[in-house]
Amino acid sequence: MSTKPKVAFYWCASCGGCEETVVDLAEDILGLVEAVDIVMWPVAMDFKRQDIEAMADGSIVASFINGAIRTDEQLEMARLLRKKSQIVIAYGACAVSGGIPALANLKKKKEILDFVYNGSPSSDGSGSRPACQFDENGKKLSLPRFWDVVRSLDQVIEVDYYVPGCPPTPKVTKEAVKVLLEGKLPERGSVLAPDVALCSECPRQSTKPVDLKITKFVRIVDKKDDGSCFLAQGILCMGPGTRSGCGAQCITGNMPCTGCFGPTSRVKDHGAKIMSSICSNIAATEDTEVEKVVQGVADPLGSFYRYGMSKCLLKARIDVRESKND
Amino acid sequence: MNEKQWSPRIVAFFCNWCTYTAADLAGVSRLKYAPNVRVIRVMCSGRIDPQFVMDAFAHGADGVLIGGCHPFDCHYVEGNYKCLRRFKMLKRMLQELGFEDGRLRLEWISAAEGEKVKRVINEMTEEITKLGPLGLPEKFKDWDKEIDALEHEVNNSLNTSKQSEAAYEH
Repeated sequence: MSTKPKVAFYWCASCGGCEETVVDLAEDILGLVEAVDIVMWPVAMDFKRQDIEAMADGSIVASFINGAIRTDEQLEMARLLRKKSQIVIAYGACAVSGGIPALANLKKKKEILDFVYNGSPSSDGSGSRPACQFDENGKKLSLPRFWDVVRSLDQVIEVDYYVPGCPPTPKVTKEAVKVLLEGKLPERGSVLAPDVALCSECPRQSTKPVDLKITKFVRIVDKKDDGSCFLAQGILCMGPGTRSGCGAQCITGNMPCTGCFGPTSRVKDHGAKIMSSICSNIAATEDTEVEKVVQGVADPLGSFYRYGMSKCLLKARIDVRESKND
Repeated sequence: MNEKQWSPRIVAFFCNWCTYTAADLAGVSRLKYAPNVRVIRVMCSGRIDPQFVMDAFAHGADGVLIGGCHPFDCHYVEGNYKCLRRFKMLKRMLQELGFEDGRLRLEWISAAEGEKVKRVINEMTEEITKLGPLGLPEKFKDWDKEIDALEHEVNNSLNTSKQSEAAYEH
């Protein structure tokens, strides 16, 4: 039997981008495969839940779990992997703070299902809904149930480390794996990325004025980029309140930061903090003028909490759980 | 929560130089106002991080009142403007999250306006009494019931899968 450390990858409510990053390790993945035994990786390998169940508790060195938690099945698998693993890593923005799926916390479950099955252009309007239980010839089939609230991984199981990003870059992934294999583990609960804001590694940093004096928020499609600090141009950029470590890839591609690496360790609520930072830099001082500038942000929650709604202090729309039926 | 006994809990962030002094003035002038406000003194309304406001709601506040110096009057020149800008955006965000408009209020109250402290607190208490409790801590508990409910089901299904595994081995 192999004595190599066992590692598992699993996905919950996610898009598959995090798996893609593991593949994006390119030839380095060969080194990884040489160093560890991958015991589960649904996107690439044919191991089943029973295989994990058959293992002794704590026999997996580390489980990388990506995706938010929204269904029974995801909770079940997260619990199982927690039991069998020494270390659980929340991998990617969805597992860390809810990610894009957590924006569904701004809608009731019923509103979402109504749109998907009735309101969307591709639906036939027949009013069908997913059935969680189904009987066929005496055989019972069940589908995972859809919850009212989308949660981050650490809201349902204990998490040891966090690797942020949408998706995490190959570089932070490699560093995380290296830290694990060398046993140089940082303090439990750490985020395995630098603890400074993105502005510190931004290629446009030299053009960021001391006082931004934002007179108007503009969408990136409505403005010819002059190559200077996005905020100085009035384009929303989450850089000042977002953790670095991504190598400023979006900025290098002439796109503003959307905040996928989450906050630094000193911030509790990413969206509130970045809103605070950006809005205090509005130039207007008079009530109606400030209101006008503020209205220039089309979707405040979607902009400031794009990846972090589960970790918002207020968690979700206050009436999110009024719908008790599926 | 007993609805009959409920009365609003309002967290008030007052700036040291104007509104807090005004609240002091209201006190020494023996003005009577609703006892529903818990005042937190901050050095400047510009010190009020939106996180403070959200945390207050998350911990059971039914309303949050922010008091600062009038425009052109800030002890630190522009702290109240920073507060106003954040307040405007926070207001929009809270609205999207389903909060009624009256739950967050910003008022400029100078050190001489003890009477205004009284009026604003009374008005706000009345308005929030009409709105009823926000009760976020209870809501959060209720939301988490879906995890607890599953605990049972997950254990059941783990047992079932063990049985099916046993059957497979035979």
